[in-house]
Amino acid sequence: MNQFLFGTLPYIALTVLLIGSVARYERDPATWKSSSSQLLRRRMLMWGSVLFHVGVLVVFFGHLFGLLLPVEFWDALGVKHEWKQALAAIGGGIAGAMALIGALLLIVRRLSDPRVAASSSFADTAIIIILAIQLVLGLATVPVSLANMDGHEMVKLMNWANGIFTFDGAAASYIADVPLIFKAHIVLGLIIFILFPFTRLVHLVSGLAAFVRYMLRPGFQIVRSRKGKRA
Amino acid sequence: MKVRAQIGMVLNLDKCIGCHTCSVTCKNVWTSRDGVEYAWFNNVETKPGIGYPRDWENQQRWKGGWQRTASGKLVPRQGVKWRILANIFANPSLPEIDDYYEPFTFDYDHLKSAPEMEAFPTARPRSLVSGERIEKIEWGPNWEEILGGEFAKRSKDYNFEGVQKEIYGEYENTFMMYLPRLCEHCLNPACVASCPSGAIYKREEDGVVLIDQEKCRGWRMCVSGCPYKKIYYNWESGKSEKCTFCYPRIESGMPTVCSETCVGRIRYLGVMLYDADRIAEAASVAGETDLYDAQLGIFLDPNDPAVIEAARAEGVPEDWIEAARRSPVWKMAMEWKVAFPLHPEYRTLPMVWYIPPLSPIKNAAEAGMLGHDTEMPDVKNLRIPVRYLANMLTAGDEAPVVRALERMLAMRAYMRGVKVNGEADATIAEKVGLDALTIEEMYHVMAIANYEDRFVIPTTHREQVEDAYDLRGGCGFTDGNQCSVGSSGGKLFGSRKIVLPAAE
Repeated sequence: MNQFLFGTLPYIALTVLLIGSVARYERDPATWKSSSSQLLRRRMLMWGSVLFHVGVLVVFFGHLFGLLLPVEFWDALGVKHEWKQALAAIGGGIAGAMALIGALLLIVRRLSDPRVAASSSFADTAIIIILAIQLVLGLATVPVSLANMDGHEMVKLMNWANGIFTFDGAAASYIADVPLIFKAHIVLGLIIFILFPFTRLVHLVSGLAAFVRYMLRPGFQIVRSRKGKRA
Repeated sequence: MKVRAQIGMVLNLDKCIGCHTCSVTCKNVWTSRDGVEYAWFNNVETKPGIGYPRDWENQQRWKGGWQRTASGKLVPRQGVKWRILANIFANPSLPEIDDYYEPFTFDYDHLKSAPEMEAFPTARPRSLVSGERIEKIEWGPNWEEILGGEFAKRSKDYNFEGVQKEIYGEYENTFMMYLPRLCEHCLNPACVASCPSGAIYKREEDGVVLIDQEKCRGWRMCVSGCPYKKIYYNWESGKSEKCTFCYPRIESGMPTVCSETCVGRIRYLGVMLYDADRIAEAASVAGETDLYDAQLGIFLDPNDPAVIEAARAEGVPEDWIEAARRSPVWKMAMEWKVAFPLHPEYRTLPMVWYIPPLSPIKNAAEAGMLGHDTEMPDVKNLRIPVRYLANMLTAGDEAPVVRALERMLAMRAYMRGVKVNGEADATIAEKVGLDALTIEEMYHVMAIANYEDRFVIPTTHREQVEDAYDLRGGCGFTDGNQCSVGSSGGKLFGSRKIVLPAAE
C-alpha cells in the first residue's frame, strides 16, 4: 500500500495532470478560464479571494522550492535543516492560515449566495472544499512538525519528492515511517493533481503565464495583422 | 507614415428618435444567450442620465481609459502593468451585475396554469441568474428612458460639469437627447492594453477590436479598462464579450445590424485612413481639449497622392482607398466638421463619432423672432446647453460644437430657402464657413441619407490571407471550439454540450 500511494500514485497523478492539461488546452481551449463570479457578487469575494490566492500561492511556491530543491542544495547554501523546517512551519503556517480563512469565506459565499450558488458547477464547489480540507491537513502538520524541530522528518519528505522526480524506485520507502498526517496530506495533494485538468484549477497556469507574458509584452497594444496569426 | 484603414461609424443624433431598434436587433443577433442576458452591445440612453451601467462616465470610480502621467506618458487609468496584475484576484474597479441590472424573466406560465382566483393572475419577475423571485425590479438597461426617474438622480450625469444644472430640473427648462452607444473600436483601445492574456486585439485591415474567446481567461481587467463600459463579462461562459462590429457582415460589405436596421437612418459607415505611427502622439497631447484636434490630425486625406501612395505601400487594397474617398465618415468628421468623438478625454481615440443634436429654442419669444427664414437663432439659445454637448463630445471645448450646430442650422435655413421660397441664399452658407454646393451635399448625405450614401463599405480581401478553397465544408461560426462543439459526447472539461436540433 505504501508503495502504491507514494511510489505509483505520484506518477499516475503527474501523468494525468500533464496529459489532461495538454488535452484540455488543445481540445477545449474555450473552457480554460478562471470562472470568476465577481460580477455576480462582490461581497466576500474581495477579502476571500485575495486572502485565499495570496496564501495559496505562497504555500504552493513554498512546497515547490522546499520539496523539489535537493537537500544538498540547501546544505550548500548553508541553510541548517532546523532553520528550513522552522521557516516552512511558520511561513507555511501563516500563509496556510490566510488561505484557509479565504477559502472558508469563498465556500460560505459559494454556498450561501443564491446567484453564485446557482451558477456554480459541482466541480466549482467540490474543488474549493477539497482545497480547504487540504489546507486543514497541511496546517495540522504544523504542530507535529514543531514537536520535533531537528529537520529529520522534513528531509525524509524532501528525499521522497526528489526521488519521485529522479525516478528512484525506492522513493516510497523514504517516507514509510512519517506521521500519518503527512501521508494524508500527500495523498490528497496527489488527488488534487489528478483533478487539476478537470476543474477551474487550470487557471493557475494561465495566471502565471499571463504574469510573465503581460510584463514582457512590448507596450500595451496588440494589432493582429492581415497575415500574422491566420496564415 | 504608416497608413492603416478602419471602418468608422457616425451617428447623427439630430435624427435619433430613441426607438431602440438598433439595440433590439443587435441583441437578437448577438446576446440572446445565457450569461449575456444583461449585456447590450448596443444600447440607447436618454441623456441626461447616469446611464448603463450606472455612472459609467465616472472614471474616478471605474478607472476606464488612459491617464497622462506628469512625464507625458500614457498609462491605463487602472495603473501600470504590475498594478493591473495585482488586481487579478479581485478587481476593485469591476462593476457588479446590479450596476447593469439583474437579468429577469417573468412567470408567464402562471398566467395559464393559475387556479381560479379572486384576482387576475399576474406574471411576476424572476431572476435569470439565481432563478429566484425578484420582488421589485430596481434597475434596467434603459431605466431613465425619456427622463424617467428623479432629476436629483439623473443629474449626477457627468456631462453637467460646469453647467448650472439646477434650472434644468424645472419642467419648463428640461431637455433630453438620445445617445445610442456601442463599442468605439478605438485607435488606442484601453481594453486591449489592460488584458493580461493578450486575448483582445485590433485588426489591422479594418480596425475592428475583437476578443479571442479561446485566449480569454476571464481576468476581467478589460471590463474596467474600457471607459465606455462596452465589454461585458459573460457570467456563464466566464469570458468577456464585446461588440464585434458585426465583422462577418462588414467583411462582406454589409452594414452592421444596428446600422442596417436603424429606422431613422442616422448611422453611417465608411473607411477612414489614419497614420498608425502617430497614435501614441495624438493620444498623449497635454490638454484634454486638444485631443479632438489631435485625433483629426492623424486622419489622412484619401485624395492626397502622397497618402494614396503610402497606403498602397502598406498593402491597403485599391477599393479601400477608393472607398475612403467616398467615405461619409470622412465628410462629416473632416470636411464638414459636424461629427465628434465620444469623450475624447478618455484618450482612447474612439472611432464611433456623433453629430450633436439640435434642439428647440428655449425662449418662446425668441422662437417667434425666427419668422425670417434667413435669420439663424443663436445656438446658445438651444434647449440642450452647448456646454453639456461639449462635455460629451469635445472634452468641454464649446467652439467646435457651436460650429457644428450652426452649420446644421444653416443647412436647414438654406434648404428651407430653396424648397419653400424657391431661392438659394448663399450668404447663409458663407456665414458658417461653407459654400452652397457643400451645404447641398450635406443635405443630401445627412438629411436624405440614401442607403448607398450612408454605407460605403468595401469588402474584405480574404484572397490576400487565405485560400478560400480550404473553407469548403467548414463549420462556420461555432462557440469557440472549432468543429468539435458537441461532438465530444461528454463534458469532460466542463464545457456545455450543445445539442444541435435534429433535421425534421
